[in-house]
Amino acid sequence: MSTPEKDKTRKFRAAKRMREIMTEYYIDAKSAVQTGRKVAWITSGGPVEPLIVMDVIPVYPENYGAMIGASHMGGDLCSKAEALGYSTDLCSYARADIACAIENGGPIGGLPRPDMLICCNNICGTVLKWYEIHARYFNVPLFIFDTPFCHTEFPEIARRYVRSQLDEYVSFLEGVCGRPFDLEKSREVGALSLQGQRLWQAVLDTAAHRPAPMTAFDAFFFLALIVTLRGTKTVVDFYQELLAEMNERIDRGIWAIPNERYRLLWDNLPVWYRLKWLSETFEAHDACLVADTYTTAWCGSMKYIDENNFFDSMAEAYTRIYLNIGIDEMVKTIYTMIDKYEVDGMVMHSNRSCKPYSFGQYDIQKMIQEHKGIPCMVIESHMTDERSFSESQTATRIDAFMEMIKQKKG
Amino acid sequence: MGPLNIFHQNADNPHGYARGLKARGKTILGYFCSYTPEELINAAGIHPLRLFGAKDDTGIADAHLQAYCCSLVRGALTDVLSGRLDYLDGAVFPHTCDSIQRLSDIWRLNTNLKFFADVVLPVKLTTESSRRYLEEVLRKFRSDLEKGFSITIPDERIRASIKTYNAIRTSLKALYRMHAKKTSPLTAGDLNAIVRGSMIIDRTEAASMLADLAAQIQAPGKADGSEKRVMLVGSVCEHPDIYRLIEQAGADVVWDDLCTGSRYFEGLISEEGDPISALARRYHERIICPAKHSSVTGRGENLVTLSQEHGVQGVIFLQLKFCERPASRACSWRSRPSCLPKVSS
Ligand code: SF4
Ligand code: SF4
Ligand code: SF4
Repeated sequence: MSTPEKDKTRKFRAAKRMREIMTEYYIDAKSAVQTGRKVAWITSGGPVEPLIVMDVIPVYPENYGAMIGASHMGGDLCSKAEALGYSTDLCSYARADIACAIENGGPIGGLPRPDMLICCNNICGTVLKWYEIHARYFNVPLFIFDTPFCHTEFPEIARRYVRSQLDEYVSFLEGVCGRPFDLEKSREVGALSLQGQRLWQAVLDTAAHRPAPMTAFDAFFFLALIVTLRGTKTVVDFYQELLAEMNERIDRGIWAIPNERYRLLWDNLPVWYRLKWLSETFEAHDACLVADTYTTAWCGSMKYIDENNFFDSMAEAYTRIYLNIGIDEMVKTIYTMIDKYEVDGMVMHSNRSCKPYSFGQYDIQKMIQEHKGIPCMVIESHMTDERSFSESQTATRIDAFMEMIKQKKG
Repeated sequence: MGPLNIFHQNADNPHGYARGLKARGKTILGYFCSYTPEELINAAGIHPLRLFGAKDDTGIADAHLQAYCCSLVRGALTDVLSGRLDYLDGAVFPHTCDSIQRLSDIWRLNTNLKFFADVVLPVKLTTESSRRYLEEVLRKFRSDLEKGFSITIPDERIRASIKTYNAIRTSLKALYRMHAKKTSPLTAGDLNAIVRGSMIIDRTEAASMLADLAAQIQAPGKADGSEKRVMLVGSVCEHPDIYRLIEQAGADVVWDDLCTGSRYFEGLISEEGDPISALARRYHERIICPAKHSSVTGRGENLVTLSQEHGVQGVIFLQLKFCERPASRACSWRSRPSCLPKVSS
């Protein structure tokens, strides 16, 4: 275990700035009624840039779900949702968030009331019903951005359909906001969004260094900005700063864990209420989780973005995101990551909350073992509902897994 | 054997029926959801067979699916991996829930059937652009079938298939209505077997047997009118025991909102004009399941209308364990009217 002194150097300067930005952001969002700005609740994979263009404040129930999980409030809120009739099998973000909306509970005194809801089903189908529930509860307009699933292809008919929805989205926003969409500003926001994604990728890439200056647990923390404020200058400035700090760490030899011997890849969302415990458990084995498929998803679609025509290319970029493709496509991303980050093993979080992320993991695991010859382990949880997590069972599995890696690697 | 028995028998033993068809040289495509445009499969001269999934969990699916997966998805994988679907020439996966979507991937990568198609329908069914896209998806599916089986599917064949399906759906609805009005000896369990059987047996035969059945019914039911009138709401119901349980409790399922029930037969297809456009309109306008979006209150309102129309005294929501859809109470939350007392869920 690391000493407090070491912890001090290993703390990120940028973390403080990040907290400030997030606090300002939530204050802005919560005072929107006073400042006359509109608030939109939007799904984490949804096209946020048009909201930024319209000066609408995007609020993310999923980001809030993460906050709920990290503050150990998930179990209680989920049980409230269950008392309302929602099944325990539902995504714990949805359960916790629905309970918060009705009970006005949760961290930071709940989210500001939405003026509109933007639901993009590129992450899952659960959000569709979740946002319908909110639309009924808050009685505000709902826009659904429907992104056909790309099992093996992104056919032209799907491209046309999604592209036409971008226009419908703009009309919807113009209607709700009562002012026209500014194309010039749209180009600026597009450029900032792409720049933000590039910087986020660059930050994550620093973990390719051996030893790594950051872990996936750090990425889970620093992710919030690329999710919530993508398309703003704040994000670009912040990730520039963070990237500089990462590079400085590499120069000064400040590593994420003191004795990195094994490098691991994490799959799926984090177990929000056990971040510290998991990070310490792996660290005790000198294992560093150097990368993850989850935070990479927010820059994984850059290859589909046309720098000179950001708006049109959003159709493809938002449809072909990591969770909206077949598992044989997903595994290709994983192979690239295994090579890029020189990974010794994979930790798969089998997340009862998230079926589109979790079903197929066993097949992915088999493919990885066959093609890359690295061991994989599975941890099971409901990412925001701590009631079902078994720490002792997980610890035993991690020990056995690390034993296997040690034997293999020596 | 009377038509009722034939429906019961084949609903209970779809594999037996399918093997018989196969032995007679028929090409068979399995499908999972009532959003599958089976009219096109039938028009191609291919037999569409609804797959409900094994009821016994042999554990063979464990290598691919976690324990927290619903029994429909696990059952389907169990069936195909254990060779029980050896008569299939292929399978069709429409875009529905997240679990079915991943089942599609797992199926595609672990089976080796001649034909495989994802029919990625829109989820949002409220706009002209989604209607247009739906129509294009159907045209693509038609051409996938044509390529996959080296055939052509002329418009006339699609029109004929539409007629067959309209006949099936009209008769099913008539049988349901007779039951709801207590002018039929068929029980709710019989009706369930009849709907499921109609998804198993040859559609032309099904259409004519259903017409015969509707015509034969003269005697009123044995129900004495004292049972509580309930409606069953959910995705699919393939558990005959549920009907028995409800009956024993002194109630009768007089209507339902199930894909193995009214959602399957509601909404006829126009027999005029371009057949693909007509099909697209039906799938765009049909009563949705919780995997789709029509309006935010649409499903709730539909339940109110149905219950008023059929004098329903209580609603039973049926939800499969591990189903990811907040299909029942959540879906009707705040749109469940006070006239609908909840029986259980
Ligand atoms: S089901 Fe998965 S993708 Fe959907 S909201 Fe929950 S965690 Fe996110
Ligand atoms: S309930 Fe939905 S997913 Fe299930 S069969 Fe019906 S339409 Fe398909
Ligand atoms: S809708 Fe529910 S019951 Fe149906 S396949 Fe999906 S998860 Fe299973």
